[in-house]
Amino acid sequence: MSDNDVAPLETAFGVDHHVSRAEVPERPAQDGGPDMVQLLNPEGERVAHPEHDAVVDGLSDEELRGFYRDLVLIRRFDTEATALQRQGELGLWASLLGQEAAQVGSGRALRPQDYAFPTYREHGVAWCRGVDPVNLLGMFRGVNHGGWDPNEKNFHLYTIIIGAQTLHATGYAMGVQRDGNVGTGDEERDTAVIAYFGDGATSQGDVSEALVFAGVNNSPVVFFCQNNQWAISEPNEKQTRAPLWHRARGFGFPGIRVDGNDVLAVYAVTKAALDAARSGQGPTFIEAFTYRMGAHTTSDDPSKYRVSAEVEVWKHRDPIERFRRWLTTTGRADPDFFDAVDGESDELGASVRQRCLSMPDPDGTAMFDHVFAERHPVMERERAEFETYHASFEAAR
Amino acid sequence: MAATTLAKGITSGLRASMEKDPKVVLLGEDIGKLGGVFRVTEGLQKDFGEDRVIDTPLAEAGILGTAIGMALRGYRPVVEIQFDGFVYPAFDHIVSQVAKLRARSLGYVTMPIVIRIPFGGGIGAVEHHSESNEAYFAHTAGLRVVVCSNAHDAHWMIQQAIETDDPVVFYEPKRRYWDKGEVGDVPDGPLGTARVLREGTDVTLLAYGPMVKTCLQAAQAADEEGRSLEVVDLRSLSPLDDEAILGSVEKTGRAVVVHEASTFLGMGAEISALVTERAFYHLEAPVLRVGGYNVPYPPSRLEEEFLPDLDRVLDAVDRSLAY
Repeated sequence: MSDNDVAPLETAFGVDHHVSRAEVPERPAQDGGPDMVQLLNPEGERVAHPEHDAVVDGLSDEELRGFYRDLVLIRRFDTEATALQRQGELGLWASLLGQEAAQVGSGRALRPQDYAFPTYREHGVAWCRGVDPVNLLGMFRGVNHGGWDPNEKNFHLYTIIIGAQTLHATGYAMGVQRDGNVGTGDEERDTAVIAYFGDGATSQGDVSEALVFAGVNNSPVVFFCQNNQWAISEPNEKQTRAPLWHRARGFGFPGIRVDGNDVLAVYAVTKAALDAARSGQGPTFIEAFTYRMGAHTTSDDPSKYRVSAEVEVWKHRDPIERFRRWLTTTGRADPDFFDAVDGESDELGASVRQRCLSMPDPDGTAMFDHVFAERHPVMERERAEFETYHASFEAAR
Repeated sequence: MAATTLAKGITSGLRASMEKDPKVVLLGEDIGKLGGVFRVTEGLQKDFGEDRVIDTPLAEAGILGTAIGMALRGYRPVVEIQFDGFVYPAFDHIVSQVAKLRARSLGYVTMPIVIRIPFGGGIGAVEHHSESNEAYFAHTAGLRVVVCSNAHDAHWMIQQAIETDDPVVFYEPKRRYWDKGEVGDVPDGPLGTARVLREGTDVTLLAYGPMVKTCLQAAQAADEEGRSLEVVDLRSLSPLDDEAILGSVEKTGRAVVVHEASTFLGMGAEISALVTERAFYHLEAPVLRVGGYNVPYPPSRLEEEFLPDLDRVLDAVDRSLAY
């Protein structure tokens, strides 16, 4: 052993044999490893898991078909939005392609009173919360910066600053605690909060601070990290030396890795974490191991930094295809059902397109609205100047 | 009410707000048992409990970020930043989130957060403990920025700041924390208004926070030389009380703005522009500024050279009157 080697860490709390200097990863295998919870493999075969089987087995066929419908419709919506961007109707779009199961599985595990804090890619979660998908287009079309009432569906505004929302979620959960809505045993009262973020965000100080605050306060918040392997052009190994789910251990609460392309596993794991949060057991860190099949956004060109062979590997793990196979082979859905979903999907695409095109540009004075809650002389003066200036052109006609 | 210190004026104001509204919660480092490094929150955790007076982890971004979440849940967080120079880790949450969330949500959510910042120099402190960073926040749309200068305003303005549905950055002049004054039974006007503390006819001194006392002393000294200076305590930096500023300058025809912050792009620059744009024909002299030099806040052995004092204020008055 040289002086530079680090022996197992000895602390006042005892000896931690698990901590030694890990290899700096080059390009780790993207198979999730043996600890990853998977209930449905890429071939669409059910994998037994003693801890989570009961929850999944308890789902009705109707609920399971509902998951499939969610997956297909949200992918259709996403495809339509990408097309709208290509045609100049949106300034930008952040596609969720490949992450549908991670979002639908977790989104469907939420109860109405729970609260979700998204990034800007959680279209599938928004869908599960009942947010009108057209509302998600506003900021990408440039007519607003968010523009929905977060408290209507308990779905916060999209947050672009990476990782910031993990702290907002934690603070919200601290509020839930002070409201006494944790651990009462009342299913309609006990409330959990879920914070969505990506693998890149885990490098942000905000995320570590959120884990600290949630840990020391034992707050009812689930940290749901979609590890889609890429932070724009930077692969996972540029963000972390250790597996992300290991991080929770250092903050004093459980971490778990789940197959993010397996809607059943995501549902089961998230439900268990939310139940724990609501009952007063505190936070959980979930790493949903998935893949960003498309570009970071429509402004990005992934061919510059990743090889197509990698994308091909992940195509084989598609979240919708494996679930469709399982529903078919187990007799839970028939061709008529799949046809109906396809029909509904086309209708959704057409209606989203039409409603996007008819979304009006805001009036110029809208920029002065809502900056302050209470009377503000600068807003009043500048609004008046703006109106006078524009009226001067009318007068000159 | 008997005379009390500025610091205790804030304490009593916080207490009144917490008694009135159970949604008011305090967050900060060392604000519980210790009562804050300046003892402003002394006794509050004992009386209101650890759920309402929250000793946070040592992380300013975390404090502001969680305060945002609590505000979204319906609470009214009052955040203590331990010292002015420690606010920067929280800067992103203040300018990107607190200031913008209302507009981003088209008015569906409000951010009734108060961010208390002990600020300014003159206490012989080490680096990062003597800064005046108010211009950063006054420049940010969506924030209100106010400064108290005496015990009476401290007591009432902190309550007004907590009651407003907008986010407020609340500056406390740390070198005046121990100055005593009477606290009256009612506030002197709503949040956002300035106050004329001394009437005069020759030159208007516009100041806030720690420099108010300096200006009052300068006015007293000038009076002994037969010069009549008007002293306006701005109290609110965003919005500025345009009417009070213009009213005074239109009367005297001369204005000197005094603050500890560096003059370059400081509040004095904005006030000078305001007066020049809207009271040009009333001016007998250009608006002059007295402030810190445009250097990093110096080591404490030099701070008396950096900070405006009575002589530098009077020097500017002389220069103004020379036009």
